Amino acid sequence: MTTLAQAPIAKPQKPWAATYKDRGKTAGIFVASMAVSYAVVAATPLKGKLAYAAIFFATYIVIDFVINFAKAGRPAAVDAVFRAFVTMMVAMAITPIISILVTVWIRGHHGLHWTLFTKDMHSNAYTDAVPQGGLLHAIIGTFLLVLFAMIISVPIGILTAIYLTEIRGKFTRPISFLVQAMSGVPSIVAGLFIYAAILLPLTKKLNGFEGSLALAILMIPTVARTSEEVLKLIPGDLREAGVALGGTQWRSVAMVVVPAARSGLITAMILGVARVAGETAPLLLLTGGSGTKNFNMFNNSMGSLPSYIWQSFGAGTPESITRAWAGILVLLVIVVVLFTAARTLGNRKVGKK
Amino acid sequence: MSIDPGSNSGNNQGDDMDTTAQTNSLAGIAASRVHVQPGTQALGVGLEARGVHAWFGEKHVLSNVSLDFWPGTVTALIGPSGCGKSTFIRTLNRMHEFIPTAAMAGEVLLNGEDIYAPGVDVTKIRLKVGMVFQKPNPFPSMTIAENVLAGLKLAQLKVENKDDLLEECLERAGLWAEVKDRLNTHGGALSGGQQQRLCIARALAVRPQVLLMDEPCSALDPGSTLRIEETISQLSSTVTIIIVTHNMQQAARVSDYTAFFLSDGGPGQMIEVGSTNEIFSRPKDKRTENYVTGRFG
Repeated sequence: MTTLAQAPIAKPQKPWAATYKDRGKTAGIFVASMAVSYAVVAATPLKGKLAYAAIFFATYIVIDFVINFAKAGRPAAVDAVFRAFVTMMVAMAITPIISILVTVWIRGHHGLHWTLFTKDMHSNAYTDAVPQGGLLHAIIGTFLLVLFAMIISVPIGILTAIYLTEIRGKFTRPISFLVQAMSGVPSIVAGLFIYAAILLPLTKKLNGFEGSLALAILMIPTVARTSEEVLKLIPGDLREAGVALGGTQWRSVAMVVVPAARSGLITAMILGVARVAGETAPLLLLTGGSGTKNFNMFNNSMGSLPSYIWQSFGAGTPESITRAWAGILVLLVIVVVLFTAARTLGNRKVGKK
Repeated sequence: MSIDPGSNSGNNQGDDMDTTAQTNSLAGIAASRVHVQPGTQALGVGLEARGVHAWFGEKHVLSNVSLDFWPGTVTALIGPSGCGKSTFIRTLNRMHEFIPTAAMAGEVLLNGEDIYAPGVDVTKIRLKVGMVFQKPNPFPSMTIAENVLAGLKLAQLKVENKDDLLEECLERAGLWAEVKDRLNTHGGALSGGQQQRLCIARALAVRPQVLLMDEPCSALDPGSTLRIEETISQLSSTVTIIIVTHNMQQAARVSDYTAFFLSDGGPGQMIEVGSTNEIFSRPKDKRTENYVTGRFG
């Protein structure tokens, strides 16, 4: 009789994984391609980063193809080239993103200092030395503008999604189409719409609430479409179970479907916020860019991070440009934190608390 | 032998049917009228389907099914896939209309009243005719206890003592012993069979008169299936049960009556209905015989 204890000791292995030899070969091709690209750039009139990259890519693919062709034939060679090609496309796609992050850090970190978060600009000009003044007013402004935009757009967006997925009325298709079209509305158009519809005929002056309205117009499609996708993931069985227990449709949606989709709906909300946090054009039109802390959404011009950045760049001195980069860095950190929060919440399984 | 409709007739096997059909008692009428012709007078008790048709868009999926479900009995609906069994039971608690393209014709009488009559409150119908689905579907955002009592909240019913109801329903669904120490944990952590019994407990909490079960064991292992079947047997004394199943042994084990559905490419029809013994031992229709003996092509 054999028992489990007597079984030969097995170690988990991955026989399909790349061997050191394979990895060495890949590294070899990589180094060879680099060498070729240096040689070509040195020997020919081709110049610049683009030339290095293009020659490196071309050489890598050619060497990869030839080696695999010689060793394993045409299908394997085509497969290897395809894989190399896709990897390079991915590299091309993420290069600008990395480049932006690195540039913002390099240029912006000089401007970081503690008073950024404790002072505003009411007694300073953008051209003053960097440690004077700060962007507290802009952080407060952005926070209030986005908060109000959220209060307006989240209920509308989620209810639209509920209409599209739960009620499925006659207008589902046109509304779905409109929501998609709305997500392509340029932010300046949203700003001009509020300018023409509210600022010119009614208030006749700048205030924060008008900015929030324009941001809400931009947020609604994001919130609605993301919520729609989340609600579609909730199994139809749950809806049927709610209704089969004698609930009305409204109670079944409110008690079963929405709670099951809760974490996804929070993700939709955060994505909407991240979408508008950096919007500049409508805010310049509608809220202006006060340098003073303003807590009143309905009166007077209001500062915001994008308008702070815009005005600092506009001032054009080395100090003001450093300020602008520091502002960009703060804004970027806020947006990245929001996206990370959205991903973390969204990665939880739908339906789990 | 005559059957008192007030008592638990769930364990009466169909052997007695021929004799009961001769008597004049209400139960006798019921037994002889398991398959009724459209237009016959309503019994006024239990659930009666009269000439039910169903469509999805242009497609006619169910044709002229008339079937009575006497209180306290278990009726199994058998037949190959696509013969309209599930569609049929979904017409019995008006879940059919949940599908946008659905249409139906005919009457479904609950205690003698047409559930499709104008002005009928559909949520009240679904309270009286509960449903257990093919896949276990406990509400993921709720705990075990909240799941069982969800129907009360959904239908806004008031109950004196929720704890008693909770224990009673879980007990009747055969789940109390397994979950009584973790009522406030989430239902998703239970096994598939436990989840399905949780769904049965949830359906029982609103005290339905009829319980529709749409292949309740098709996603479960044999052990869980056995537990659900025991649950069905225990429930049958108090609740009318209609169960769709692909498992003929299951139909033979749990049901008093069996109805065989078949589609010959067109809409599904009910070919034959009778006591379960009769359907499995001496079916009248050749097609039924072929199906129950496994010779179905």
